[in-house]
Amino acid sequence: MPNKVLETKNLNAYYGDFQALFEVSIDLFEGEIIAIIGANGAGKSTFMRSVTGLIDRIDNEINYKGLSIKGLRADEIAKKGLAMVPEGRKLFPSLSVEENLLIGGQIKRLGPWKLNTVYELFPDLYDKRNIPSNLLSGGQQQMAAIGRALMSNPDVILFDEISLGLAPIIIKSIYQNLPKVIQKGMSAIIVEQDISKALEISDRVYCLQEGRIALFGESKQLTRQEISKAYFGI
Amino acid sequence: MNKEYEILQSSKVSRASGFIAIFLIIFLFFAPWWAGRADIRLLSEIFLYLSLASLWNLLAGYCGLVSVGQQAFVGLGGYLLFALTIFSGFNPFAAILVSGILGALISLPVAFLIFRLRGAYFAIGTWVVAEVFRLSFAQIQSLGGGSGSSLPVGIVKSIASSKAMRESLTYWMILGLTVFILLSVYLILRSRRGIALIAIRDNELASQSLGINILRSKLFVYVVTAGLTTILGGLIFLQKLRISPDAAFNVNDWTAFVIFIVVIGGIGTIEGPIIGVLVFFILRETLADLGSIYLIMLGFVAIFVMIRAPKGIWGFVSSKYNIELFPLSRKLKEIKGE
Amino acid sequence: MDWINSIIQGILVGGLYALFAAGLSLIFGVMRLVNIAHGDLIILSAFLGLTISTSLNLHPFISLIVVIPIMAIFGYVLQRGILNKTLGNDILPPLLVTFGLSIIIQNSLLEIYTADPQKMNAGVIEVASLSLPGGLSIGWYPLIMFVISVLIIGILQFIFYKTALGRAFRATSDDQEIAQLMGLSKNHIFGLAMAISMVVVTIAGIFLGVRTSFDPAAGPSRLIFGFEAVIIGGLGNLWGTLIGGIILGVSQNIGAKINPGWQILAGHIAFIIVLAFRPKGLFHRIDG
Repeated sequence: MPNKVLETKNLNAYYGDFQALFEVSIDLFEGEIIAIIGANGAGKSTFMRSVTGLIDRIDNEINYKGLSIKGLRADEIAKKGLAMVPEGRKLFPSLSVEENLLIGGQIKRLGPWKLNTVYELFPDLYDKRNIPSNLLSGGQQQMAAIGRALMSNPDVILFDEISLGLAPIIIKSIYQNLPKVIQKGMSAIIVEQDISKALEISDRVYCLQEGRIALFGESKQLTRQEISKAYFGI
Repeated sequence: MNKEYEILQSSKVSRASGFIAIFLIIFLFFAPWWAGRADIRLLSEIFLYLSLASLWNLLAGYCGLVSVGQQAFVGLGGYLLFALTIFSGFNPFAAILVSGILGALISLPVAFLIFRLRGAYFAIGTWVVAEVFRLSFAQIQSLGGGSGSSLPVGIVKSIASSKAMRESLTYWMILGLTVFILLSVYLILRSRRGIALIAIRDNELASQSLGINILRSKLFVYVVTAGLTTILGGLIFLQKLRISPDAAFNVNDWTAFVIFIVVIGGIGTIEGPIIGVLVFFILRETLADLGSIYLIMLGFVAIFVMIRAPKGIWGFVSSKYNIELFPLSRKLKEIKGE
Repeated sequence: MDWINSIIQGILVGGLYALFAAGLSLIFGVMRLVNIAHGDLIILSAFLGLTISTSLNLHPFISLIVVIPIMAIFGYVLQRGILNKTLGNDILPPLLVTFGLSIIIQNSLLEIYTADPQKMNAGVIEVASLSLPGGLSIGWYPLIMFVISVLIIGILQFIFYKTALGRAFRATSDDQEIAQLMGLSKNHIFGLAMAISMVVVTIAGIFLGVRTSFDPAAGPSRLIFGFEAVIIGGLGNLWGTLIGGIILGVSQNIGAKINPGWQILAGHIAFIIVLAFRPKGLFHRIDG
């Protein structure tokens, strides 16, 4: 049994008085890819934001490599090796592509990723490295956002809505590149609306519904029927 | 399940406070008979600050128009009083009323300029306008230029023959205006426009999408506030009988103190300025001998309140006990249910 | 010839106004904070410079070596201890807290130094001048002040656009949340921005204190000059701010030439004209 890198125990999360997550317990093992699926508003993004320290009010535990990271600031958590590719890419518009990558790289952790290895993975970015990042196409922005996360040489990489708003052909190429991105020893959590894509890429899958875990299991063993029941709540 | 509800905008507490307010006003009206001259002056000053604070609170607390330049209109009111009485032979009280209209008119081009600035830049913009007013009035040699002038004895005597009568008349004007301003602020906030303003404050984006015309409502409040502040300025300098650019356009006297009153009492609440003005004068009457140390303390108190209790004393009290003396929010009451 | 002379003097003092503005502009750019106490901090550093240069018998410019670190640390601590707690969607808390700070600084200076105007003495450099053909003469001191101001704006520009720190400033300004996800501590970055702003403030304060007399109440008008230079030049553009400072300085000197009472007023009028016709400033870059 490999080590648990990340686990939440009965996690509750709140926006003010509004509770968005109810007793969500999710485990992530070393080298594993899990997918989180669910309808809009099911709490997928809230989960990702809780884990990365962006939600002020959470209850119960989040452990990373056996130590609690609950209550740490987002920048402290990031320095421990959790990187996020945020929903909507969220590149820094007033920075060039290369500057965006360098911002990711200012967390100095050891590992294979530096400017030239990122450029080898995404040659398009090399050609556009000096232009403002908001002039990139959607697909190129997603590559830059992935590259920016990789630059910190994380142990766990989180993809929030990895394919939302991208053209099918771009999504295909991003999924083709994922095995190169999530290299040996790294773990990943992918939030994805496309169920078949999620099942294909992941080892295990969790389905959220109205802030609760409605279903989880090995991606290969879950049936379509079980998933649609958990997804839509019917 | 059928339930019927009634929308309530008053409560036992608010009705009681209404009665108390009426008795208090009657009581204060008779102050010239039961209070000494020094007390009358102090009461006048308290009312003037209460009025300035309520108006500033309407601007900043409800419209997000944080002005640090309201001294522009206080000073303008003072100077218009002097100019209209000295040059045009107006009766002082008539001059003050006319200056209110002029102040509102002058605030229109001012608004045209400074409404281009947002947030904190708006604040400094209002300050620049006040400085322009100060420097311009300092150029008017017939009003004493930079060193200022006094109201001629003839004009002072035209208010009333005896000093006591003059002071009482001024006091009643100030009391009346204060009641009028508090009532206007309350009614503005209870009106459709006021509801829109509160909606804007609480969520600008949502109210924009509901088609509330933000700019027009803000402009309306800005102009009304400017006119009333100009009138207050006239009354302030009718009491002082002497004016100079530095006193008339003083940022500490007419804006900084007012901001402290509102922040300490509770910004964005009607009750806040009332509480704040009481706290301010209690502190001032006990600590004013300390001079600048007193001001340093005020500064620290304001910072502390802003960080620890951003809604001030009244915000703290009302959220703890859920009361409103001047109800703006509506409560649902079940009148029939099964 | 007198006119050309006043215009040249105006340009040179415009450099100082640009320094007032640069510190203000820097923190607005990074954290959208408008520091109402900015002018009072300039005067505070002038008083600090005065105390240190007289008590240690140092030249005012040498006193910078001591005053700059004091003010930079003060700025960092102020930011982390108080101002960071006020930043958010609501513009009122930072505005009112810096307003309170302004009152505290002014009255503390009054308590310590009294209301008497003070001046720093920089020796012969203050009166030495450079004669140009055509009867023009330029004071060495205003010239040096201008050149150093331009240099400092160049250095700020370099820090902002060419260094890792500047990259962190711009990233945090773009999106605080994502910047934190990239391991940037918002509180620390804001503290550093305020510290740099205080370095500029200190240099401006010492320049000011050598050039003219100053008293505890002199801060607000320096805030206003800086603010006017920022708005004339356009938000978020440091070179624009320099031009804004120069326009302000030239307007004031032309006003003073017409009538000594119109000096400051003429500067305000130039600002109002720009606001009326080019509300976003002459070289606008970011939205407020």
